[in-house]
Amino acid sequence: MNSQDQETRLPRRRVLQWFAAVAAAEGVPLPSALAQNAKPAASGYGQDPVMAKSYERGEVWPLTMTEAEKKATVALADIIFPADDLGPAASEVRVADFIDEWVSAPYPRQKGDRRVIIPGLKGMNEECRKIFGKDFADLKDSEKKEVCDVMAKGYHFFNVFVGLASGAYYSDPRCWKALGYVGNMPYGGPFKGPPEEVLKAAGVEQTVE
Amino acid sequence: MPTIPISKAQSEYDVIIVGSGAGGGQMAYTLTLAGIKCLMLEAGRSYDVEKETPMFQTGKDAPLGGVSTPDKNFGFFDATIDGGWQVPDEPYTQASDKPEEQFMWWRARMMGGRTNHWGRISLRNGPYDFKPYSRDGLGFDWPISYEDLEPYYTKVEQLIGVYGTNEGLENTPDSPKGVLQPPPKGRVGDLMIQKHAKKLGVPVVPIHRAVLTKPQDGKDLAPKLHPDSPKAQKIVEESMSSRAACFWATDCGRGCSIRANYQSTTVHLPPALATGNLDIIPNAHVREVIVGKDGKAKGVLFIDKTTGKEERVKGKAVVLAASSGETVRILLNSASGKGIANSSGLVGKYIMDTVGSDMVGQIPALENLPPHNDDGAGGCHFYSPWWLYKEQKAGKLDFARGYHIEISGTRGMPKGNSPVPGHVLQGLYGTKLKEAARRYYGSFIHVACRGEMIPNEGSFAELDPEVKDKWGIPVMKWHWKWSDHEWNMAVHAQNTFAEIFESAGGKGLFDPKRDPKKTLLKGGQVIHEVGGAIMGADSKKSVCNQWNQTWDIKNLLLCDGAPFASNADKNPTETIMALAWRAADRLIEQARKGNL
Repeated sequence: MNSQDQETRLPRRRVLQWFAAVAAAEGVPLPSALAQNAKPAASGYGQDPVMAKSYERGEVWPLTMTEAEKKATVALADIIFPADDLGPAASEVRVADFIDEWVSAPYPRQKGDRRVIIPGLKGMNEECRKIFGKDFADLKDSEKKEVCDVMAKGYHFFNVFVGLASGAYYSDPRCWKALGYVGNMPYGGPFKGPPEEVLKAAGVEQTVE
Repeated sequence: MPTIPISKAQSEYDVIIVGSGAGGGQMAYTLTLAGIKCLMLEAGRSYDVEKETPMFQTGKDAPLGGVSTPDKNFGFFDATIDGGWQVPDEPYTQASDKPEEQFMWWRARMMGGRTNHWGRISLRNGPYDFKPYSRDGLGFDWPISYEDLEPYYTKVEQLIGVYGTNEGLENTPDSPKGVLQPPPKGRVGDLMIQKHAKKLGVPVVPIHRAVLTKPQDGKDLAPKLHPDSPKAQKIVEESMSSRAACFWATDCGRGCSIRANYQSTTVHLPPALATGNLDIIPNAHVREVIVGKDGKAKGVLFIDKTTGKEERVKGKAVVLAASSGETVRILLNSASGKGIANSSGLVGKYIMDTVGSDMVGQIPALENLPPHNDDGAGGCHFYSPWWLYKEQKAGKLDFARGYHIEISGTRGMPKGNSPVPGHVLQGLYGTKLKEAARRYYGSFIHVACRGEMIPNEGSFAELDPEVKDKWGIPVMKWHWKWSDHEWNMAVHAQNTFAEIFESAGGKGLFDPKRDPKKTLLKGGQVIHEVGGAIMGADSKKSVCNQWNQTWDIKNLLLCDGAPFASNADKNPTETIMALAWRAADRLIEQARKGNL
């Protein structure tokens, strides 16, 4: 890294630190921006939804994210869950659609998360424009990581986003392997129980014949 | 499930059964197989377990990945439909604003009732549990002993299929040889807790659950259950043969379309319907038991929810098996709101739930284990039966009754929520985050205290003088009070859990500054509501006799949890069924003498 880089990057760092410091402002509704957005649905799927089927995201209530919010969500989710040896990228398993469905839901928990996610995405883009002159999604990967490094230091929006993205990502059977979940596979005969290598690794013995 | 509209109902039945869950299902099964004509009224809709159960759906298939919502309180795939902590059109009220004095009332308006959302934990009460007052001077004795109910526990276990082992532990009855199905192997988390709890003197053994671990042998079992009736044997044998053994995938809480676990709709109702002696009317919201001038029950008045009209059905006997709270509501609303079967003044009194207090712990030895299939039997494999009877008797504990510990598996299917707590992912993203998720996934174990609540004067239900449901029927108003026995039990459980996790080299996830008493779940939250019309030996001090008959109206039987005189730590369902079978046998005997 040469001295010129140092000079140009330092102010960015300073601003990014400020970005983290003012993160307390999150959770405050942004009336002007939100008013233009579609609102979460008034009612949910009720107490008797059909369970034995596969739902599309947006099937039970309309998705409400704006194009900009969705774009930021896709980009951020892919930095958090990139394609690597462990599994696919978040965008391959449509994590952003899950989060959109979540923040568009009519239930209290999800409405609470909406009050963090929607302003958080907006705030993130605003800061990125100030610092880099671009929205988050249009940054280079190295710049996105720089932003995430700051946000990961206790930025509430980031923690909530990671929680939702994790819920979304690992819900998809294509990501079970990344986690180490094995199951949902019927077989006949007695339950096999944990294999020997597992018992050994955990230092326990099987006690049921 | 085949049902009839009111227009197809017979002019009179032998027995009207209100409720289609564990108690109602057992009554219908036993009575119809003995040739008694029954009409069952269910407040909810019919339900086809084979078509409606989401057997292999994943988080990808469900809205919000399947997480709990106010519409589906135990997650999208939970079998409960039209039910939950709140049911539209049927409110209930609280006498107090204080959370610890409130009751959470779970209802399921569907065929099979609360047997759909159920842990399938099937434990026998022990000998002490029928005589608690005689042991410690608290609460009430039952008018029956363990020996009276033992044959019925055995029959129920043979019918529904219960896995487990006989351990010969104090007040934790063994089943006769050959009755229990083999237990499934321990999962790694179960074995971890078992190994380390032992060092603290806490036994961990296979639990008993109503799940078939091998096919039922109908040819062997049906003649044992129905020695005098070849017809009943044939029907029961066929029903048993059509049930499959567990195939070790999907949670029991979703229901089971292969009928490997017990739901009323998969085990009790199919053979009852096959006799041709059972009619079922769904969407029937019962308002009153009709009592004649001779003081006998004559039938039931209900609202047909599909039309909103009042309807009447006649029976020579009436069984209420609607759940404790609902049975109390119906009794108190009967005789145009004057109440029936209440000469003791005890209808609605002594409602009990189970003492619940939970903890999640993290155990480093479970981190980064090789991935393996941990789904198992779709619920608990192991538990700790109460182990401190002697210490309690010696006065060494500050609470009078016991609890057991239910241990939950560790490597469940992720569905909507992050599969690991947020704090282990804090500050991470990218491959490092994925590695952390993989490392910690499976290292968390959930343990739950499920303990005995002693009946008290402050926990009861009455009619709300003002609030009515959609059909103008007065609703239940709940009063709740825990005594120091329950508060202290929760503290003891929390301390025990923390010690168990520490002993396994891990730690409980809790704020050390918390008040451990506050971990006590709310009244009703464990959904083991029993009492409200307790049975006893004295008609002045109880509502029912030992045959589940109300003292005041002998042809009115209460066959849910309402007659429980105590609520042992053992989950109530198997006892509800055993009592119902016993009451049904008595009813059949009377019918044969022409005394119905």
